[in-house]
Amino acid sequence: MVTNQAIEGSFQLIGGIFENAGNASIQLKQKLTELGIKEDVVRRAAIVTFEAEMNVIIYAAAGWLRYYITPQYIKIIVEDMGPGIEDIELAMQEGYSTAPEWIREMGWGAGMGLPNMKKNSDEFKIDSVVGEGTTVEMMINLTS
Amino acid sequence: MTLKKIVEILRATIVSAADNSDIDIQGAYSTDLMSNVLYYHAPNSVLITSLVNPQVVQTAEIAGIKIIVFTQNKKPDKDIIELANQKKIPLLVTPFSMYIASGKLFQAGLHGIRNN
Repeated sequence: MVTNQAIEGSFQLIGGIFENAGNASIQLKQKLTELGIKEDVVRRAAIVTFEAEMNVIIYAAAGWLRYYITPQYIKIIVEDMGPGIEDIELAMQEGYSTAPEWIREMGWGAGMGLPNMKKNSDEFKIDSVVGEGTTVEMMINLTS
Repeated sequence: MTLKKIVEILRATIVSAADNSDIDIQGAYSTDLMSNVLYYHAPNSVLITSLVNPQVVQTAEIAGIKIIVFTQNKKPDKDIIELANQKKIPLLVTPFSMYIASGKLFQAGLHGIRNN
């Protein structure tokens, strides 16, 4: 990594707008690549960010994606104003999804998003309030 | 396996401008579920899909996929091609179904990614 200073940034996400879906994740991916972070770590960070970004676009009215990059870790926090998740344990199961049919026809809603975010993060936290929204916090270590 | 070889095996047409003829493809994955692509991601692979929308290209970039093959002559529109050109991901269109396209590449020695 070429910097010793913490870098942070954020993106606003709008629900239901699929045209730009993935742009926040791709910009973060480019930034991490420019910083000289290893390719496999960049890919893991891009994947968890993309999954979280898609969830906001699919389920929520709007949300924020914030990231912090330090020499030790990458932290990605995605907070949305969405319907919230009733049963987090169930939502974390591979294959469980509440996505409507039209979302599935677009190739999403296979019930792999949250498990994949957890799989690719070193630390994964999820907090949700029904009727208010969901926050996921994911950390990827840069020191092994 | 090279792009040229994949085009030949799949009797495919390259519909994007990207010319990455020296890519070395090491694996393949066939699905219409983009979450599965992200879950079983593998760099330097080819994605075989019948789903045609811009998120396929976005997902490919995130997952490190180097070539996208659309099956059964499904042609991507201008916007999708433009996006793929920006990302230098070649888009191929094959007349074969997902099953046949996958089988032909497998038979030619291009195996799946990991155990999937």
